[in-house]
Amino acid sequence: MKQRYVYVLAALLTVVGLSVFLYKWQVLGFPLGADQERPVWTIESAVHFDSGPGTIKVQLHVPTLTPGFSVLNQYNVSRGYGFSLNYGSGGREAQWTIRRADGAQTVYYRISVYEDAGVDESDTIPPFPPRPVINEPLNTAVDVLVADVRERSADTSSFATELLRRLNDPSPDPNVELLLSGVASETEFVGIATTLLAAARIPARVVHGLPLSGRQRSAALVPWLEVHDGDQWLYFNPATGEQALPERFFVWWRGSEPLVSVEGGSNVRVDFAVQQTHLDAIAIAETQAAQQDSSAFDFSLYSLPIRTQAVYAVLLMIPIGALVMVVMRNIVGIDAFGTFMPVLIALAFRETKLVWGVILFTLLVALGLSIRFLLERLRLLLVPRLSAVLIVVVLLMLFISLTSHRLGMETGLSVALFPMVIIAMTIERMSVVWEERGAADAIRAGLGSLVIAVGAYIFMGIAAVEHLVFTFPELLLVVLALVVLAGRYTGYRLTELKRFKALGNG
Amino acid sequence: MFAVAKKLREAGVLGLNERNSEFIMRLNPRSLYPRVDDKVLTKQLALDAGMPVPDLYGVITNQGEVSTFPDIVTNRESFVIKPAQGSGGDGIIVVTGRSQRKRDCYRLSSGMIVSEGEILYHLSNIVGGQYSLSGNPDKALIEYCVRFDPVFADVSYQGVPDVRVVVYRGYPAMAMVRLPTRASDGKANLHQGAVGAGIDMGTGRTLNGVLDDEVVEDHPDTGALVAGLEIPHWTFILESSAKGYEVTGLGYLGVDMVIDRDRGPLILEMNARPGLNIQIANGVGLTDRISRIDAIYNASASPGERAAVARREFQL
Repeated sequence: MKQRYVYVLAALLTVVGLSVFLYKWQVLGFPLGADQERPVWTIESAVHFDSGPGTIKVQLHVPTLTPGFSVLNQYNVSRGYGFSLNYGSGGREAQWTIRRADGAQTVYYRISVYEDAGVDESDTIPPFPPRPVINEPLNTAVDVLVADVRERSADTSSFATELLRRLNDPSPDPNVELLLSGVASETEFVGIATTLLAAARIPARVVHGLPLSGRQRSAALVPWLEVHDGDQWLYFNPATGEQALPERFFVWWRGSEPLVSVEGGSNVRVDFAVQQTHLDAIAIAETQAAQQDSSAFDFSLYSLPIRTQAVYAVLLMIPIGALVMVVMRNIVGIDAFGTFMPVLIALAFRETKLVWGVILFTLLVALGLSIRFLLERLRLLLVPRLSAVLIVVVLLMLFISLTSHRLGMETGLSVALFPMVIIAMTIERMSVVWEERGAADAIRAGLGSLVIAVGAYIFMGIAAVEHLVFTFPELLLVVLALVVLAGRYTGYRLTELKRFKALGNG
Repeated sequence: MFAVAKKLREAGVLGLNERNSEFIMRLNPRSLYPRVDDKVLTKQLALDAGMPVPDLYGVITNQGEVSTFPDIVTNRESFVIKPAQGSGGDGIIVVTGRSQRKRDCYRLSSGMIVSEGEILYHLSNIVGGQYSLSGNPDKALIEYCVRFDPVFADVSYQGVPDVRVVVYRGYPAMAMVRLPTRASDGKANLHQGAVGAGIDMGTGRTLNGVLDDEVVEDHPDTGALVAGLEIPHWTFILESSAKGYEVTGLGYLGVDMVIDRDRGPLILEMNARPGLNIQIANGVGLTDRISRIDAIYNASASPGERAAVARREFQL
């Protein structure tokens, strides 16, 4: 009966711990490993213009839907301007307004994004576009070209590819030549392509974006062709007809409207600058959790002050040490002084480092033990004697620190990090065992404590474990489940196999 | 490794983890521990139940009373000092006599002579809690020193051999006799180096011994054969141990008795966490006997009936 409760409790703890862990890892993107960084691009658009005499209103298209990227943050920099974000026909527009301004003006809009394959084009399905009104003789040219391309294509995507191939033909037929006669820029070229697609009743639009790569002082927007095949938006390279997006193509805005419009200003120019930085994956997950309104971060250790974080980084490793302790004592069966003394010693080893920790600990206990035997001769009462041992331990620590400092060994200073009360108790317990059961027993249990402390130290020092426990403290529930299960372990201890060996053979 | 574990499992050997979780935690409620952890209380309970115990000469309950020790033992040649809440035999001093020349010097069972000052210091350590399970202040008992029955003369080195019976739910399940050695400093505790010899429950005759987890045939100091000794008053010993269940209420209990040459078996102490070496001493595991007792358990059986059942069931 009790056994079943234990299993249920352990299963419950494991499920809760693991599901919170999986949620934070998979959904919120908390990193599994330490020191994980993700590239973050900061794109800054600067609108330069000369102010006119009257009121000024600047409207700039800014990113709305960004397939392949998640937005980390965005902000505008503009002195004295009123700022608002509005939804226009082509997506979001940033708007700056001011009653009066003098001379050359610059307003900035800055956005930070990181790659996120989970974000895709979540646009609505567009209606079939109306047939555009085109004047003769262009109309005939459009009709002939569309009919011709339709002949040679099977579906929307092959239609678009064939159309772009025709438009890019180095020796174009007369119709294409006529259509492209007035085209001055690549944007206008893609505009013609959308018109032709509209004539074939295929929804299409120009998409303007920045292929992100490293650091770019001035990046140029690249126009791309977006065609809807009834199910999804397809991207075509307007120069080749190839169906693909440039690598890390960050969509800035869609449509054929101008990027920026300035009322009351002249000499308008927009510059884009791209800066790649690396940001801690934790910080990104934090922002994302905040955007998703998840409380996971409100209860995360990363929201604590740094000093407190440092304390918990150590405290959270104690359960790992306790688990090692449970395994060593109940499953392996090693004798030790005290229940948690080895774990506390292991904590001290973290500061002194292993070799010095073991040397200093042994030295301290050995010296303390000799002093304790001297005190024994004085026949002090128990509590005064324990206090005397405590004081001697403090003095010994001081002595070791001073001596090692004199000798130029700074490691000796770290002896002060040992929990001296624990050491004093160890000395006392060890001396009692020494007298009662002999040196062999005392040294065996002392060595046992040291072995467990070293084992706990090794496990508590694994950086990956430390990071996991700190980032996902809910994993401690799994540790708790393991400890609870070990609490109902009724099998033999490893040392008992040897102890009862004679019975197994009989 | 797993093969060894499997073999032990088949032999019915009880491990520490299983003993702790299946028997001690299930059958021995914590609230009953004081009955066995405080030897003064145990002695009183045993007396009330009509069980024979060594006479209590005096109890020292605080530091101030330590100085009354000489008065307590003024007319005694031999006595035993033990902490009321000691464990594993720690802190026990057996005084077998006094120095010829100076009456305030005592001869220990080891033959060593100690001064009264050293005894007083030991007493104040006991009272201070050095040997108590939790480190709390403790009491020191001064009681009758058992003169053991000559049956054990050849197989013990100083000290007092005692009989340990493990009682499961009131039924004696397994027994052994613990023989002091030079290494155990006259103490009858196996982990201090005493020899444990299993006992045939049916006849009360000793089997081979165990020393430090190894099976031995003869006593390491005297060289006498350990096996084949007949324990006197065997029926009475089993009945008294069975009665220990009524006295303490503990379902998994170790009863330690000494056999005095004049007064017969006396209850020395009882233990809520009896060790598992008794299995090695008897060469059998406890698990089979425990499940046998579970099968024949009868809540209304008297201690005498239970002891009789144990003799019948567990005869070799």
